[in-house]
Formats: sequence, C-alpha cells, structure tokens
Amino acid sequence: MLHTFAVYVDNKPGVLNRVASLFRRRAFNIESLTVGHTETPGVSRMTVVVDTDEYGARRLEAHLYKLVPCKRVDNITAAASIARDLALIKVAATGEARTHVMQLVDVYRARIVDVSPESLVIETTGTEDKIDSLLEVLRPYGVVEMVRTGRVAMARGTPPTRRSPAPRSAPVAAETGGDVSHGSV
Amino acid sequence: MKLTGAQVLWEALVREGVTDVFGYPGGAILPAYDAMLGYPIRHVLVRHEQGATHMADGYARASGRVGVAIATSGPGATNMVTGIATAMMDSSPIVCITGQVGSKLIGSDAFQETDITGITLPITKHNYLVTSAEDVAPAVLEAIAVARSGRPGPVLVDITKDAQQTSCEVDWDAAAPHLTEAYDEALPGDGEARDAIALINAAERPLILAGHGVMISGAEREVVALAERGQIPMAITLLGLGGVAASHPLNLGMMGMHGEAWVNNAIQEADLLIALGMRFDDRVTGNIKTYAREARKIHVDIDRGELNKNVRVDVAIAKDLRTALDEWLPHVASGNRAAWLARIDALKGDSAVRDIQNLPDDGHLYAAHVINDLWRLTRGDALVVTDVGQHQMWEAQYYKHNRSRSLITSGGLGTMGFALPAAIGAKIACPDSEVWVVVGDGGFQMTMAELATVVQENLDVNVAIINNGYLGMVRQWQEFFYDKRYAATPISGPNFAKLAEAFGIAAATVTRRADVAGAVEAARRLKRAALIDFQVEQEDSVYPMVPAGADLHKMIRRPSPIVETAAD
Repeated sequence: MLHTFAVYVDNKPGVLNRVASLFRRRAFNIESLTVGHTETPGVSRMTVVVDTDEYGARRLEAHLYKLVPCKRVDNITAAASIARDLALIKVAATGEARTHVMQLVDVYRARIVDVSPESLVIETTGTEDKIDSLLEVLRPYGVVEMVRTGRVAMARGTPPTRRSPAPRSAPVAAETGGDVSHGSV
Repeated sequence: MKLTGAQVLWEALVREGVTDVFGYPGGAILPAYDAMLGYPIRHVLVRHEQGATHMADGYARASGRVGVAIATSGPGATNMVTGIATAMMDSSPIVCITGQVGSKLIGSDAFQETDITGITLPITKHNYLVTSAEDVAPAVLEAIAVARSGRPGPVLVDITKDAQQTSCEVDWDAAAPHLTEAYDEALPGDGEARDAIALINAAERPLILAGHGVMISGAEREVVALAERGQIPMAITLLGLGGVAASHPLNLGMMGMHGEAWVNNAIQEADLLIALGMRFDDRVTGNIKTYAREARKIHVDIDRGELNKNVRVDVAIAKDLRTALDEWLPHVASGNRAAWLARIDALKGDSAVRDIQNLPDDGHLYAAHVINDLWRLTRGDALVVTDVGQHQMWEAQYYKHNRSRSLITSGGLGTMGFALPAAIGAKIACPDSEVWVVVGDGGFQMTMAELATVVQENLDVNVAIINNGYLGMVRQWQEFFYDKRYAATPISGPNFAKLAEAFGIAAATVTRRADVAGAVEAARRLKRAALIDFQVEQEDSVYPMVPAGADLHKMIRRPSPIVETAAD
C-alpha cells in the first residue's frame, strides 16, 4: 500500500541526494517526493510517498532516522490528513472549445492563470484523483504541456502535526550533491 | 590564536584521543601532513590506501577505539572504498580523512579530483565535504561522534586544499557535535521488555543467538548471565566468536553456513530464539522460509533498521544490548532446561569422539590440523586476524576463542586481502597481544605489499599462510555445484618464505604436521615478524556446509572415505 511520510531535514546542500540515495540503495520505489521550506528557518520538509508494506514502512522510517541531517520522520498514512497535488495544464483552446474548457475549469474550481491566442494555462490544486479527473476531461481539447508537484500532505488537528524541529545548532560542513529549485536541500 | 585548517584537523583528532593514524600522503593532503609534525601522532605509512582503511578497521575492532585513515584526493580516496565498505558491513568505527582539490576547482575535473563524498555516500554512516577552515573542527568532531554512536561505522571527511591552508579562530565549545537524539526514542511497533521476559520464562527450548553486537555493546557478562540464569544454550555468529568464551558449557559454537551441525539443528528445533546483536544474515539463516519455523523470536539490535528485515520476529527491541539485558535480568526466572540440553547433547552425536586433535597423523597436512595446533600452542590466547575463504572458516571452527575481540575477520563484505593490514592495525592498538594473521595464499597476494609496513613499523606480527594452491572456497563451490570445473581457481604464488626474507622477515615452509609445532614456536619466540608457509592438502573442503539458500538443517557432511580427518 502507499505510505506517506513527512520528513524534516536540515536545509543543507546534498540532503535531497542522501534521502533519494537511501530509497534507491534499499530498493524502495518512490511514488512521489516533494520538498520545500517549513515555518522554521533552516529546516525543510519532504513529503515522500512510497509503495511498501507495514514492515517496509517501519524499516524505512528507521533508515531515515539514521541519516544525520534527518530531524524527524512522521508516517502520516494512518493519520487523518490533507493531501494535495498542484498542477499547471496548458490546453490548446480557441473559438468554441475555449468556452467549453472555461466551463470545465469552473466545475473543477480550477483557475485560468494565463491566456494566449492559441492556449490557456490552468492551475488546479486538489487530491491526485481530482487532478487526474480534470486531466481526463481536458485531454480531448489537446493538452500541450503539463507539470505536477506531486503530493504534499499534513495531518489534521494539533497533536500529530507537531511543530517543525529546530535546526541543528552546530554548523555542519557543506555536503556534496545536487540542488533543487527551491532552497538548497 | 589562529590555526590553519590543517592544524585544526590534528588538534581536533588529538582532543578526541586519537594517537595513531594510517595513511599515505599526496598533493591535496600535503598541508595536513606538514601540520601533522607538530602534533603527538604516530603515523603509519601504508603501501596502499586500502591497507590504511583495513588497518584503521583492525585497530578499531581490537580496541573499541575509533581508527583513523588518511589519504590524498582522487586515487588515494578511491583506493579507500573497499576498506570503507568492509567497515560499514561489520559496524566498525573508522574515520577517513581525504584531501580534496581546491574549492574553486571542484567540478572542473582538476588533477586528482574525484567526487569521493558522492562515491562513498551509500557505504558511510555519513560524510562531509569541507570547503573552509572554519568548518574543519565541527566536521571532524561530529565525524568521530557519528562513527562511535549507535551502531558504529565509517565516516569520511573530505577537506579541500584551501580549507587546510587558510587560517581561522576556533571556538571548541561551539564546534562540539549536537546529534539528534530522535534515534534513541521508542517508535510505534517497538517491542517491550516485559513481552521478551514473558517469552523467555515460558520457553522450553530457548536458544540465544549472540552476534558482534555483544562485544560492541560490552554486554559479554550480561549475555552469559542470561544464559546461566535461564540455563539457555548459546549459538554464536562468525563475528560474535570470542564474545562468549568458547569453553563456556552453554556455548554450543558457531551457527550458519559452516557452523556446527548440532548448532544449526538446535536452531531448527528451538521454540524460542533470543537474537542479541546479530542481524540474521543470509549466511546464518539459510533458506528463510524454513528457518526456525517452530520458534518464537526476540530480536534486540541498536539499529532499528535491522529489525524485521530478514526474519519476522515476535518482539523487536531497538536498544543498546547491555541496557536491554540489564532490564531483563532481574525478571528472568531461574531455568531448568535439562531435557533441552540433553537433546542438544544427543544432536552432537559422535562429533566429539572425532575431534581432530585426537586423530593420528596420516601423512597429510590439513589446514584444520594447522589451526588446531596453532590454537593449542598459543593457548587459545592470541589475537587472530583472518582473511576470507576456507582458512577463515577453519579458523572459526578450530581456534577456540575465549576472549572478547580476539578474532578479527571480514564477515559481512567478505573482503579478501583484509587480514594482513587489519592485523597491523590490531597490533598497533594492542601492542601486548600476540597477533597471528591466518590467511590463504590468494588473499595474501592481494595485500602482501603491507609486509613492508610491518617491517618499517618494526611490528611483531606472525603470518600463517594456509597455502593450498587454489582459491579454495571458490574451488569448493566448483567441486560441489559446478561439476569440478575449476575455472580460474588454481593460483600460483611466489616462494613465500623467500619473499618474506626479501622483506627482512623470518620465514619457514611447513609441509608435514610434525613440523607445525616447531615452526609456530620459533615464530612465537622471535620478538619480530615471522611468516610460515603451510603447504596444506590442496583439495580439502570445509564441512559441514549449508549450500547457499538451502534449508539450515540440510548440510553437506564430510564424505565417509576420509572421515578420519573430520571433526564435523
């Protein structure tokens, strides 16, 4: 089954590489991985979705804790949680088709964020199911380009949604590895 | 006072109690070598950087202290990879320091540049690329802390040349490591001590499986206390040998692929396995589907990632072993398991009668004879470092280790070439120990250049080459499973005695059992290095053997025609 982890890590170069490398090395398949800043400076949060069983999920959690830059891991699969995916979809739409597309956008409570003579760019946020469904109805009009963020998730209410851990007080030497667009994780 | 990054490196190591390092200089690490002369450090010049990592590993395993290896960038760093992976698999705390090209040159394919932090990422506990002098102290101090903490392992610190050369002020208090404690907290799914105790007290046929973790945790006495109180027999993994005295009446001996037959059979008949600091390696379990099917299982390991990995267990406890056992011991009921112990005695059958030391000399020199004689002549008290292959298994079977940390061997990675350099590290860590290298003629030829290191450092290390002219363990697999098609396993070698003499090392060649004792005693009397080339029976095999993936109780036993040489 799909397991969703919220992983808090030090915002340092190479940390994404360490996390991704751990999944590869232990032969776990990542369904989706997103990363961004948290409310605490110096700490980033990853949402990782993995297809594995109960034992696999527990071992993965243990292995994540062994990464020095990893602060905390929450398996929020069982917790009541909100999961969202964001997509930008560019659709070829002129004339009458354009009106139809705009009606569909309304039905799905999506938004049109760019208009050009040949195409529209639609922004939508929701569960993966909702976005898949919107994509399905837009396809006949000609989807020119699409990008999705993958799942971000958060447990509902206060107890499980603890505050992000503090960044490490001791400065840690820069680590090797690739960059992603937002921040240096 | 301002220090250069190179000085900060040594200052940090010395503050952490490091006195010995194993290394090889080169361009990108030159500033560090220059600064080293100002610090109280014994530097052992190796002949290949792989040797440096094995020496640091042997040093760490013999003493429990962190071993340190140092090398230059590029090939110096990549030569360390095998030693780092070896230390990772066997939970050995080493810190590897490598030089790196100047920070401005990183990514430019500069001379001797290599991405060693990228290369070693999956085979280190953690690694650091240090590009400024200010970062040297926190990185080195944290590296040592990470190497030692939890399940020990290797850490690499890659320091650019400019970071070594520039100067900075160091606030040592601020540089002290702050590791996340989350690792020690219980997580959902963790087992409870009371569940373990209940299972132990209720078991009729319990068996302790003791691994390397017994020694790493320093739980030698606690494990024996548990065994004695509950009258619970113990089976030992390869890396666990010595953690419990071989002479202890409840110690059954080694388990696994080349373990004693009665030990493997006892595992299959047990109703409770108490796995302490071991990890159910495939060489220990055989076919996982038929492994100990009648047994409930308790598993204690400090590495939570090991729990429920290969074998599903009833109680999984992620904790330091000694702490866990201290919690259990007051609640473990005094056991009387006479029926179970009698059953295990019956499983032994006539094995004891066929003990090799009671067998007559039939004119052949068997490796098992050599090891058995070595054990007897050294009174079981030597620190033995073995390589990988048949001789390693014979040593494990016939050298009875009574002392913790008295056997050092590459278990998890199975690294040929490990023994000689690891023995050098062990001798430097424990100069008062009698150190013997037991090594095959194949593995010895992989790292024999380190004989020069033995001589340069004036070390009293004795080398016993078990020379059968084959890559013996592979030959054995070819004999059993590949229809005796000996592809690439016959191996020639130099005249090892003459080779040793060329290095300035005393040497002897032994071909008859009658000459074993004389050669060993001569080597022991000599207060410097000695080498003995034991030319043994060429096509002997290690018995018993559980073929890879076979059921643990389905062992290949020594065939009857030469049963007089067996002690299986």
